[in-house]
Amino acid sequence: MQLDIETPKSGRLLKYSQAQNEAIKQLMSKDDTIFVMGEDIVGAAGRSEQGFSDAWGNSARWTQGLYDLFGSARVLDTPISESAFVGAAIGAASVGMRPVVELMFIDFVGVCMDQILNNAAKTRYMLGGQLGVPLTLITRIGAGVGWGAQHSESIYSLLVHIPGIKVVAPSDAYTAKGLLNAAIMDNDPVVICDHKKLLDLESFVPETDYEVPIGKARVSRAGSDLTLVGISHMTNICLEAAEILQTFGIDVEVIDLLSLSPIDTDSIVESVSKTGRLVVVDEDNPRCGMASDIISSVVEKGFSLLRQAPKMVTAPHTPVPYSASLEDLYVPNSARVVSTIKDMLDD
Amino acid sequence: MFSSKTEENNNLGGVVEHLVDIYRSMFTIRRFEQIASRQIVDEGIRGLLHSSEGQEAVAAGVCLALDQNDYLTSTHRGHGHAIGKGVDINLMMAEIFGKFGGANKGKGGSMHIADSTVGMLGANGIVGSSIPLACGAALKAKIMGTNQVAVSFFGDGATNQGVLHESMNLASIWKLPVIFVCENNLYAQSTPSDYSVSIENIADRAKGYSMPGEIVDGMDPLAVFDCAKNAVARAREGGGPTFIEAKTYRYRGHFLGDNPLRYRSDSEEFDWKKIDPVPRFRVFLLEEGGATIGELDDMELTINENIIRAVEFAKKSPLPSNEELERDVYDNYPKDQLNRTVSSRE
Repeated sequence: MQLDIETPKSGRLLKYSQAQNEAIKQLMSKDDTIFVMGEDIVGAAGRSEQGFSDAWGNSARWTQGLYDLFGSARVLDTPISESAFVGAAIGAASVGMRPVVELMFIDFVGVCMDQILNNAAKTRYMLGGQLGVPLTLITRIGAGVGWGAQHSESIYSLLVHIPGIKVVAPSDAYTAKGLLNAAIMDNDPVVICDHKKLLDLESFVPETDYEVPIGKARVSRAGSDLTLVGISHMTNICLEAAEILQTFGIDVEVIDLLSLSPIDTDSIVESVSKTGRLVVVDEDNPRCGMASDIISSVVEKGFSLLRQAPKMVTAPHTPVPYSASLEDLYVPNSARVVSTIKDMLDD
Repeated sequence: MFSSKTEENNNLGGVVEHLVDIYRSMFTIRRFEQIASRQIVDEGIRGLLHSSEGQEAVAAGVCLALDQNDYLTSTHRGHGHAIGKGVDINLMMAEIFGKFGGANKGKGGSMHIADSTVGMLGANGIVGSSIPLACGAALKAKIMGTNQVAVSFFGDGATNQGVLHESMNLASIWKLPVIFVCENNLYAQSTPSDYSVSIENIADRAKGYSMPGEIVDGMDPLAVFDCAKNAVARAREGGGPTFIEAKTYRYRGHFLGDNPLRYRSDSEEFDWKKIDPVPRFRVFLLEEGGATIGELDDMELTINENIIRAVEFAKKSPLPSNEELERDVYDNYPKDQLNRTVSSRE
């Protein structure tokens, strides 16, 4: 199997959600233990005979066309019962299935947190390794679209904190497909965080069922003055900022984290050993979050490499506001990243 | 045409005011949501809006049975409940616009409109999530002996959430003055309730929690009002909770932009639109309620003008200041710990 973390520079363009759709179709065709479920992943449940096919799965979502290909036994619309269907997926996974489950927004993790925290995460350990939970949970993150406090969080740090759960955050169509393939074939529970603003973005995607390895970061832009770490959509913000900073003669290296747990601290430390400076950009809230976690790891492992105190650019310690004017302040943008870095280098 | 079991409805003199209130409420909800939906598109407002068009009789009928100091919790589809409970439409429109003059200072949006001064404890974006909050409000009323009741609105989808069942059990064992109002509009997003709900009549689930389970025609505001009035009286007298299933229909998609014909037929929509509670109740008022066309025309004109004024109010209201981003997170908290990134803000 091909194992490559770099997005190809040519080939066939696919949207993020189309790439995921291709991945799930390829794997479901090969492995009949894979099944998918979630709320309205097909739509109009029970009405396919009346011609209502793919009522909600047809908007270029990752579930598009699955029902027609694999039928009602392996493609299930669920009631709005997150505890029940996430719990059922964990149960099925522990007896040999590979469920792929959609949790519509990461905010809804509150509804089914007991199942994730106490069953998915702990089964393998508590049972002395007798059973594992090869569950893939696909969820959506991200503010900036006006969906309010309960549909806009990026609170993956809650999940990263839990031993037993793996968490990834693709940044383009290529990594979306590769990480989905890897997550489904992984024998542990993996949460995939898809940012709303990435779903329609295109990148070059091979037709093979390649995997992007879980636990590896990648260098999205090489540079020598400062290491800038991004997560999910924030990687694009970092690249934008790097372009602007180049015009000021500041040469920034951008690391696309991709995997939040496990985390590739080595790649970040290696980059800092070259640049001596670190800034982390994270759309999640700052406390006990990825940004502070990354900074503490680098300080612990590479204190002597740092020429300046690291900085983080995150959302504030507040819920997501609705009003567009406040929401635009809430989400880190390239201007904030640029001013943070210029301030550091002007010191 | 519309059913009513209460005696006063046979006595026109005592009835007219209630009937007019119901119509005013339903017409306001209908026009508010239509105009707000258009504003979202025309003004390019970033946000979600879930219209309750078609369900107005439930909100109007239930809310009319409540006092202003009673409590109400709501759903993502909550404009009707807010209007019924007496939230100022200026504040609601400004909230949808994301303005500082909105009910929630622009920080909540359509899906979270609240006004605690009229007992509206908030719409909610998590399905089923607001139901136990109503139990808590009812618990307060019971502990403090205030004689208030609490109503929780939710949809058919929420009846499949564990939290509803836990809340019903809690309300039953503690005899809480709470009324569970299920607006069964047949769809949870695109999922038909005949697929996702294990029984035909959701009200039957009340049996498992030793409380009355009433089924009511949710397109008939008088039937809803009577049913709610009885449940409220029972709750105030210490009789405990009631579960009401109002059979209704939403005429629009799940949210503004969703095309419902992707998951249901136009003939089904047509059948439900034939019993549209708003024009039907207008005819009823004229034929049996003693109202004249002129009176109703005037009322509708006034309501339309009020909503247009609400739009103007919303447009004129300022945006929240940047400082609002970090206000209201806590009552009391070190400010520098809220805005660790503010130093790098332009």
